[in-house]
Amino acid sequence: MTYKSAAAYVVGGLVALGMLASASAPMAEGYENMVGDKKSGYHYSTPATQSIQDDDFNNPSFLWVDQGEQLWSKVDGKAGKSCATCHDAAAKSMKGVGATYPKIDAKSGKLINIEQRINSCRKNNMQAKPWKWESNQLLGMTAFVKLQSRGMPVNVSIDGAAKPYYEKGKNFYNQRRGMLDMSCSGCHVENAGKMVRADLLSNGFSNGFPTYRLKWQKLGSLHRRFRGCNKNIRAQPYKAGSDEYTALELFVTHRSNGLKVESPSVRR
Amino acid sequence: MRNSALTFGLIVCVLLVGSLTGAGAAELVKYTVKDGAIAQSLTGKKGNPAKGRKAAIHRKKGNCLACHKMPVPEQLFHGNVGPDLAKVGERYSEGELRLRLVNSKAINEDTTMPAFYRTAGLHRVMKQWKGKTILSASEVEDIVAYLVTLR
Ligand code: HEC
Ligand code: HEC
Ligand code: HEC
Repeated sequence: MTYKSAAAYVVGGLVALGMLASASAPMAEGYENMVGDKKSGYHYSTPATQSIQDDDFNNPSFLWVDQGEQLWSKVDGKAGKSCATCHDAAAKSMKGVGATYPKIDAKSGKLINIEQRINSCRKNNMQAKPWKWESNQLLGMTAFVKLQSRGMPVNVSIDGAAKPYYEKGKNFYNQRRGMLDMSCSGCHVENAGKMVRADLLSNGFSNGFPTYRLKWQKLGSLHRRFRGCNKNIRAQPYKAGSDEYTALELFVTHRSNGLKVESPSVRR
Repeated sequence: MRNSALTFGLIVCVLLVGSLTGAGAAELVKYTVKDGAIAQSLTGKKGNPAKGRKAAIHRKKGNCLACHKMPVPEQLFHGNVGPDLAKVGERYSEGELRLRLVNSKAINEDTTMPAFYRTAGLHRVMKQWKGKTILSASEVEDIVAYLVTLR
């Protein structure tokens, strides 16, 4: 596997040098998502997993994306509105938006991620019930909104009011926890590129979320992944959507700045 | 390393006191660290190397293969976060191996390797594991007995 992905890097490198570049080449051939020493989790996936992501018709995430697209123009809630009533065509209004979250919400002054942003529109602008975390609706809409930023660089800000959240997320990231007494950085920084049993450790970037995990057989949120990474070391997880995980998301996403948005990605 | 015998004595005392109030938490066996080793068996007995091999492989026990390559050919996918344990019985004494298993952080506080027989100083341990050690004292002894055979 490592050998093959090394080969993929070489191919990627050649494309970057313009030696193999061809507009008609399928995405799989030259797809590359690296900046500086940052490499997307895509490059740690096996070629088999990569190929599922490479083709939108094979990528099961698009079942959820389709659902999100339908919900976009579906009227819901007491205000009798749909997302489209205010935001029109998502391809235009949502372009680039997903790449900048989590972000400080101007009204509440609080850090919110894209799921929370969507639910706040449902609650405040549509007078509709917020969607449950990890529901097909919220996953589908998140994936649909994020898809409008696919290929654009992740670009979250940690200035001003976001700074304290960033610091909080950073502390979380570096703190050892759980019965196995490990930190996120212990795996995703210090041991990236090494094998934990059958898993090749990536840098744990967030640029592909929501992601279709073969293990889950479902699209899943970044916070679900956080919970999994906490539970694997026998650490008490936080709730998806908790302030702790949103701050952690800001730190993790800031680490991912510059990488292309891949949502909805496919991972093992 | 020399003063760590004292420090460990203190920590163990705290643990024993702590465990009196803990709900059903097993008492940790007291041990002494000297010269980078725990010379005495935690159970007072020699471990069983065959059982140790099983406990080392078991995903809910040692799960050593997560991070180490080991001479266990029947298992696929060995991790490489830590060194190959193939000849580890030649490199270290039994007492040194015991300390590495009980609390490798006493040797290198930055190591990724979990302390398999420790309950103190941990953050947000899942409820069902609170106050418990990853391995029991006799499992530690079984794995030590197994590691000694790796030559
Ligand atoms: C009544 C009008 C209205 C409706 C309906 C509405 N929104 Fe919004 N939305 C807004 C406004 C206004 C903003 C700007 C922030 C604010 O003041 O809330 C916004 C902001 C957003 C943003 C953040 C944009 C950015 O640049 O940061 C997203 C994402 C979003 N809405 C998604 C949705 C989705 C998805 C739906 C449907 C479930 C929806 N909105 C329904 C009015 C609406
Ligand atoms: C014991 C090692 C370990 C620890 C500790 C750990 N993870 Fe992971 N994590 C993994 C493995 C294994 C995977 C799947 C392979 C990969 O992408 O690294 C993964 C995947 C991820 C991914 C998905 C990456 C992608 O491209 O889809 C993210 C994000 C992530 N981890 C974040 C975290 C965060 C945040 C923490 C701390 C709360 C953490 N991890 C702690 C082992 C770990
Ligand atoms: C999460 C990863 C991890 C797990 C799980 C783990 N180790 Fe380790 N181990 C390491 C690392 C990393 C080292 C390197 C020493 C250091 O970091 O100080 C190490 C070192 C060792 C050493 C010293 C080897 C040498 O050559 O110096 C022994 C012995 C050892 N481990 C045994 C075990 C046993 C037995 C188990 C299972 C009960 C185990 N380890 C589980 C990560 C791990």
